[in-house]
Amino acid sequence: MTIKETLKLNRTFEFIIAAIMLILATYFLIPLYLMIVNSLKPLSEIRGGNMLALPIEASLDHWKTAWSSAQIGVQPIGLRPYFINSIKMVIPSVIISTVMGSFSGFVLAKWRFKGDEILFGLILFGCFIPFQIVLIPTAKVLGMLHLAGSTQGLILVHSVYGLGFTTLFFRNAYKTIPSEMIQAAQIDGASFMYIFNRIILPLSTPVFVVSIIWQTTNIWNDFLFGASFGGAASQPLTVALNNLVSSSTGVKEYNVHFAGALLAALPTLIIYFVSGKYFVRGLTSGSVKG
Amino acid sequence: MLGIKRWRITKDDLVARSVLFPTVVLTMVFVYAFIIFTIYISFTNSKLMPTFGWVGFQNYIKLFKLDHWHIALKNMVIFSVLYIGLSTLFGLFMAILIDLNKFSETFFRPIYLYPMAISFIVTGTAWKWFLDPGIGIERIMHQWGFTSFHFTWIKDSEFAIYTIVIAAIWQVSGYIMVIFLAGLRAIPHETIESAVVDGASVFTLYTKIVIPQLNAAFLSVFVILGHMAIKSYDLVVALTSGGPGRATELPSTFMYSYTFTRNQMGIGAASAVFMLTIFGIIIIPYLRHQIKADIE
Repeated sequence: MTIKETLKLNRTFEFIIAAIMLILATYFLIPLYLMIVNSLKPLSEIRGGNMLALPIEASLDHWKTAWSSAQIGVQPIGLRPYFINSIKMVIPSVIISTVMGSFSGFVLAKWRFKGDEILFGLILFGCFIPFQIVLIPTAKVLGMLHLAGSTQGLILVHSVYGLGFTTLFFRNAYKTIPSEMIQAAQIDGASFMYIFNRIILPLSTPVFVVSIIWQTTNIWNDFLFGASFGGAASQPLTVALNNLVSSSTGVKEYNVHFAGALLAALPTLIIYFVSGKYFVRGLTSGSVKG
Repeated sequence: MLGIKRWRITKDDLVARSVLFPTVVLTMVFVYAFIIFTIYISFTNSKLMPTFGWVGFQNYIKLFKLDHWHIALKNMVIFSVLYIGLSTLFGLFMAILIDLNKFSETFFRPIYLYPMAISFIVTGTAWKWFLDPGIGIERIMHQWGFTSFHFTWIKDSEFAIYTIVIAAIWQVSGYIMVIFLAGLRAIPHETIESAVVDGASVFTLYTKIVIPQLNAAFLSVFVILGHMAIKSYDLVVALTSGGPGRATELPSTFMYSYTFTRNQMGIGAASAVFMLTIFGIIIIPYLRHQIKADIE
């Protein structure tokens, strides 16, 4: 039984609710709609017409420009190389942080040792800090490791600062597995890795999906680390997009900006609409425990 | 206490310790050692690079004398109050509606929540041109015949901060809705049913019975919004780059520019320490509360 069923709302009331919800939906969709329609219009239509109007002469030319020839900084190379930089950065970081999080989450969920709660609290604190507090030493350490401005440097940073969230996800998921299962296996002489591979992993698909989606979305969308530690050959897409849009020289090509913004949004939007439930689960366990 | 021991494995396992080890070391270095390093730098005369010449509280004194920092602080207060207050109201309202509509899960929820899946740089771009007087909302209204309509906030140093509030609320409301929705669904059903049987109106039901039972959700929402408000950075960069002039600077943008472009690293570090302090005041009691609740 839900509140809705208990209240037995009448038709008029239901209609009013639906109407408000449609208005809200419109409000939420306006920015996305604006980006789509205006990415298809020639510049003259945007400047001379109404931004909310559908395109008269629709074409994908501006998407091509944004992808392969738009001016980013000083180079007319489009967003494509940066898109590839982002992919090269995201995939290893997601794998590393998720695998490490699954181990540490398992241990923190099922092993009791001195100071375990404090340790978990310390790890958790680390995933919420304002990253401004670590920018200076991170820059210095990346320099010392000869990773400044490289994709490897960004992978290191994203893997480390993702650990708090991945540990949290896995710990919460593994707490629901009965300890008796693990203890029984231990009595039979099973090793840690055997228990992890044979008992834990087969039960872990949902939490892996949650962790991978969360990490992919966060790292793909990151701007601060990319802007601080990305170099000429490793800058992620978000930084390049910002350079494209905020460039003050030349004509403002709004259509190219919108096409570029959509290119940057597309991967995470697709993941979101395909896997909605798991995305929501990541959001809520990032905030409320369990 | 006994309960804890029963659901935890006490048998010592060297492998278990060693798989946890890298996470612990990395956290200790990249979070805690780095925080200490930044705090140390905030007491030095570091300019372009970190140096170790101790200057005491000078950077903090200089920081709080800077007009630029005052603007950033004032904006942080305006932004946080409006962002936290309005997103909470908006998110709660949406959660109540979603809970009452039958197409909500499949149709409306994905639409309300999708902004959370996209980068602030992307949504900032959309809002930047939508709010631009030259091609955006003002022009749209003029074309629809409302020729006296004016909306130039984004170019106006007094009002530009509110455009950031608008875009930020738009982005986060769906998230807040999801948290409240989980809270609504967890309310014991008897309390609602008995109120309905007693003839409570819908309004009374929500204000007197339902909302007072959402304490835990409210707490989570305030903490989430509070720490997001302090961290807000990308959206400002994309929407206004801190402008016009310095009108929309926040501590986060201030820290970045003093540290990396103005070569005043000591002052930049001091501003980061200030941000961490505010953050700690919000989050540490919350984490303690959550972990304690978790054990019980």
